[in-house]
Amino acid sequence: MATPKNTAAITTYGDHEVITPENKLRKAVSISPYQPGETDPVARAEKALAELSSEFESWMESECDRLDHARTAAGKDGFTKANKDALFHAAHDIKGEAATCGFPLVAAAADSLCRLIEYTPDPNRIPIKLVDQHVDAVRAIFREYSRSNAEALAAMLTHRLREVTDDFLMSENRDRPDVLEQIAGPSIAPE
Amino acid sequence: MVRIDFNRLRFLVIDDNAHMRRIMRTLLHGFGAREVYEAEDGAAGLEAFTHYIPDIIITDWAMPIFDGLELTQMVRQPGANANPYVAIIMLTGHSEKKRVTAARDAGVTEFLAKPISAKALYERIVNVVASPRSFIRTKTYFGPDRRRNANPTYAGTERRKGGKADVIRQAPLLEKVRSPA
Repeated sequence: MATPKNTAAITTYGDHEVITPENKLRKAVSISPYQPGETDPVARAEKALAELSSEFESWMESECDRLDHARTAAGKDGFTKANKDALFHAAHDIKGEAATCGFPLVAAAADSLCRLIEYTPDPNRIPIKLVDQHVDAVRAIFREYSRSNAEALAAMLTHRLREVTDDFLMSENRDRPDVLEQIAGPSIAPE
Repeated sequence: MVRIDFNRLRFLVIDDNAHMRRIMRTLLHGFGAREVYEAEDGAAGLEAFTHYIPDIIITDWAMPIFDGLELTQMVRQPGANANPYVAIIMLTGHSEKKRVTAARDAGVTEFLAKPISAKALYERIVNVVASPRSFIRTKTYFGPDRRRNANPTYAGTERRKGGKADVIRQAPLLEKVRSPA
């Protein structure tokens, strides 16, 4: 593809420059009301996503299988960098996808596992039993999703896992105040 | 009201998770975008950026080869590629303060925490298209102005040197559209 030419207005100050690039995205902006029969783009996108939703259960199933395989590898060969990364990414993807795919209750257990892996300074000290409990919880919450008491079951499991994980992390990081602050700190990402 | 003509924008979605790429593509097509390109890791993403010259990059953080943060740093190299000013929306499950700050300091334009929704994604795209920020270049930073707002009550040390013209506001695009020069 042809390379578009970049133009920018540059103003130089004592120790920095302020650059105002040509706004090439202006071409896409207009100010006009919706035409009759035209739908809101957000509603259109939500409808498109709803049409895709018949695939979500099988997607989550495959993500749970991936997490299970990563757990098995870590249990067998230990927390090598590859095994640790594979387990973390599998849990992280479930955490990120679960709500969008209609299984929000699964996300919290996966998030707790991410924290356990990310904030344990020495991966060899990650208790494999606690990893197993997280993976089993993720699978159980997903499997029992249609049960009437699924929400209570998920809340009980994830609360206990998070409690045990946080106690472990506080102990492992007792000499690292900056990490303790991160563990206890809230998310600041905009919703 | 501000409307975005999505079929005039070219998107590049970089994510190692095929499900998430499919979700992003579905949402973008739902908004009306026609040109949506995909890459499954940071290296392929950089190559696709050079090849397709997208208007907006939507990238995951955690990816193999190099991650979204490293990709952003490579794109924000003035003179090294076709468009170091390209809008970059960082899509990630990491939402801790340290992570958000690191993304901002790498030159990310917008941050979108998972789980994503059509509304949140749409809002980030409207932001980068209709309210572009100036870029700042210092010895240690090149990227969108990290000061989104002028704070009249700020009482700390002035970190930028250069007198009262230090803060420059860019007129919102909406005003420009309403009263073209």
